[in-house]
Parts: sequence; structure tokens; C-alpha cells
Amino acid sequence: MNEKIAAQLQAEKSPLPGRLLLTVIILVLLIWSSVGIRSTSAVGNGMAVAAGILKGICTPDLEFLFDFSSQGVPYLLLETVCIAFMGTLVGAVIAVPFAFLGASNIVPRGVALVSRLAVMAVRTIPSFVYGLMFIRVTGPGAFAGLMTMSLCSVGMVSKMYIETIEDLDKKILESLDAAGCTFFQKIRYGILPQLLPDFASTVIYRFDMNLRDATVLGLVGAGGIGAPLIFAMNSYRWNEVGSILVGLILLILVIELFSTRIRNKLVRG
Amino acid sequence: MRRGRTITLPNGKTVERPPSHALLTAVLLAAAAAVSVQVTGFRLSVLTEGGYRFFDILKQMVPPNISYLDKVWGPLFDTIKMSVLGSAAGAVLAVPFSVTASSNIVKNRAVISAVRIFYSIVRTLPTLVTALIATYIFGLGTLAGTIAIGVFTFSYVGKLLYEQIETVDMGAYEAMEALGATGFHAFLYSVVPQILPGYISNCLFCFEGNVRYAAILGYVGAGGLGLIINEKVGWREYDKVGMILITLFGAVVVIEFISHQIRKRLT
Repeated sequence: MNEKIAAQLQAEKSPLPGRLLLTVIILVLLIWSSVGIRSTSAVGNGMAVAAGILKGICTPDLEFLFDFSSQGVPYLLLETVCIAFMGTLVGAVIAVPFAFLGASNIVPRGVALVSRLAVMAVRTIPSFVYGLMFIRVTGPGAFAGLMTMSLCSVGMVSKMYIETIEDLDKKILESLDAAGCTFFQKIRYGILPQLLPDFASTVIYRFDMNLRDATVLGLVGAGGIGAPLIFAMNSYRWNEVGSILVGLILLILVIELFSTRIRNKLVRG
Repeated sequence: MRRGRTITLPNGKTVERPPSHALLTAVLLAAAAAVSVQVTGFRLSVLTEGGYRFFDILKQMVPPNISYLDKVWGPLFDTIKMSVLGSAAGAVLAVPFSVTASSNIVKNRAVISAVRIFYSIVRTLPTLVTALIATYIFGLGTLAGTIAIGVFTFSYVGKLLYEQIETVDMGAYEAMEALGATGFHAFLYSVVPQILPGYISNCLFCFEGNVRYAAILGYVGAGGLGLIINEKVGWREYDKVGMILITLFGAVVVIEFISHQIRKRLT
């Protein structure tokens, strides 16, 4: 028995050279990347700022946090949620044609490849550039933010849609055919029930992400809670920063709780 | 819960149709959409009338300024370096935290929920806000961006990792412990081989996304491509912006291709 094991061990290639090579590659990559990391401005009061932020989060500006006028945290959060919601919805609709054109079991490979490259190109443009483009169309404000969110969502949403479409079970369509169903009945009872739960799950997940990313929009004046946050930081008003961050964290935690539940239900069917 | 409709078939059997939530969902969605349209001032007419202006900037980007390419390489590699180092640091740091957050390894419920709440809170911080805070603490430059990416990777990979550890087959672990191995050795030789491919795959996936994120972070002064995009947009030199974006697109395509190939072999 032992001889057999020894022979088997002899026959197998030693994993050592491969592992050594991998280690060297990773080490080289890490060293290469750490050489370039620097901070250009002198930092004297870094710790003081960190302490200020922590103190601000622990002692948020309560008046600002519970100010229900259009300048208060609750309204800003509502605006952010609305931007993310409509943005996700519009993005989810735009992504549908891209997804069907990118699914290799529906269209020829060439078309699928072109469509996927187009989606990648759409994804590559950073969100604040889109923000600037849309401000020309709609003027500054929440509307521009909404459109930016929607274009930024298209990439991921259509990628996940494509995976769902490529997993379609075609046997169900054949059996519906055999039962004498019409074209629309086949779509209604054969395709939609397969696609909708996964599509909905994707969209809800993306809504979660968009809520987090919505702060980016504030930078270019496209509405939401980002702009007040950045103004407060630039003028070192840490209590205000604290109240915005507390509000944002609570909001995202609550929404994540709900969305995870809904998605679990959708997946189990 | 509502009961569904019962249907009697011709042969006398009864089947129950599951209750449908379609109406409720539709009403809720419509209400949420109505509120959102109200708050954000969404108007289709504005889009149809002014939509062409969206392409104003895009049109000025073509033809891109090829001669500017020389100056793009530096920031592009900065961006890639930031994502490589940030992803690696975040992913490594996530390992001990995720092990502590897995209910099949650690038996103390208080510890588990403490680590998980910590993860949730870190995950809620938008990357751009982390980067902004990092620029205040560590100064402007790529270090701040690297830290922001590290924090994001930490929370993202960490959550996936503890979920993965919880689903491993614990039989091998128990067998090794029964043979007298310490908890650490049992973990190293029975759990690690099961989670390693998935973990590396998640890290690579996260890295792909991080390259894109890293390009935005320059906007708050955290180094990389965002810095020069922001600058050139400010000066309205859109042909140079076009060149930067094309280079970024090329880099992203190459990185995604390599990482996709590796991930395919892993699983």
C-alpha cells in the first residue's frame, strides 16, 4: 500500500515551482504598486481631524438631524432615496434591450460581443462626467442626479440580466408549445416567470448600491445629500458631518434590511 | 397571510392557486415612483426637448487628443497601483475579521454580532466619503485613495467571506480535531482549501470594480486619473478628457479579460 502511495506521489508534479512563481508575481505586483503610493501635501493635523470626525459622529448636530424643513437631514435623505429609486428604475428599463442584445443564446455571438463592449464603454465614463453632461440637459438639481444614476446602473444591471437570460430553461417553452400555447401565452407563462424574480432581485440590489453612490452626485451639484456633506467637511463643521453620516448610515442599514428580506423571498420563490 | 383561490379541476381534484402580490406591489411601486417624480422634478418632456444637449460634451470628445496620451500613462498607472494595493490590503485584513464573524468557527454570539455590525457600518460608508475623509487625515494623493479602496474591499470581500465560511462542509474540520489537530491547524487544512478559490475569485471581482472606482476618487484629490479628468473638464479641454476615457476603457477591458480568465480557471 505504501509503495502505491509513494508511486502516486512520484507521478504527481510537485506544486512547488508553480507556487514559487505565483508568490514572486504577487510580490512584484505589490512592490510595484506600493512604490507609487504617496501623499503630496504635508499633513500636520491628521489626527486632530480624525478625532473631530469621531467626535462629530458621537455628538451629531441634533437640531440639523431632526430639522424637517427642506434644508434638514430628513428631507435631504428623502431626496437621495428618490434619486436612487427613480434612477434605478430608469436604468433598469434602459438595461433591458442591452441585455437581450447581449445574451448569446438569443442573438449571434458577434452582436452579443458588440453589445457587451457598448455596455462596458457606458460603464467606463465616471459618474461625475455624466453628471456634467446631464446638467446641460436638465439644469443642476435632483433630475440631473437621477439621470446620472440611471446611466451608471445600466452596466451592472444589464450584466446580471444577461446571466439570467442565458440561464433560461427552453424546455418549458417546448412543453408550452406542445400544449398548444400561443406566442403571447408562451411569453407570459414560459418566460416572464423565469426572468422576473431574478430581474427584480438585481434591481433591488442595485438600488442598495445606488443609495450609497448617490453621495457622488453632490459633487457636481446634481442633488442629494452629497453636497451638504462636502460643504460641511470643507468648513470643518464636524457636528453637521456627524449628523449627515449618522442619518445616511441609519437609512442604508434600514433599506438593506428590507431589501435583503425581499430578495431572499424572491430567490426562494 | 391571504389564502389563494381554489380551483376545482374537471376530474374533481382541487388545486390552490398561490396568492398573488402583484396588485399590492404595483400600487406600492406606483406610489413610490409618484413621490420620487414629485421630489426630483423628473419630466420626460425636458429629456425629449433637451436630450440632444447631452451629446454636446461627447461630441467635443471626438476626435480625442492623441498627443495627450503621454501624460495619461502616469495617472493611469497610479490608478492601477491604488487599486492593486488597496484591494490586496483590504482583502488580507478581511480574513481575521471574517473568521471571527462565522458562526461555525466562533461560538460566542456576542463576538459574532459585534463583528457583523462593524462590517455593516463600514459597508454603508460610500467610497467617495471614505476617500474624502482619508484626504483630510492622510493628505492629498494616492495614499488616501488606496485607503479608501482598502476600506471598501475590506467590507465587501469580508461579508462574502464569512458567508462562504459558514457554508463549508465542517466534516473534515471535526475529523481533524478528533485526530488531535489544534483548531488553527484544522482550519488551515480543512476549511481554507474549501474557501480559497471562491475567496480569490471574489477578490479579483472586487479588484475589477475598484479600478473604475479609483478613477473617480481623484475628484476629491485622492490621486489617479480622476485628478486629471477633473482638471481637464474644468478647463473644458474635452478632447483630452476623451483621450483619458479611451485609455481607461482600454485598461479596464484588459484587466477584466485577465481577471475573467483567472476566475474561470478557479471555479
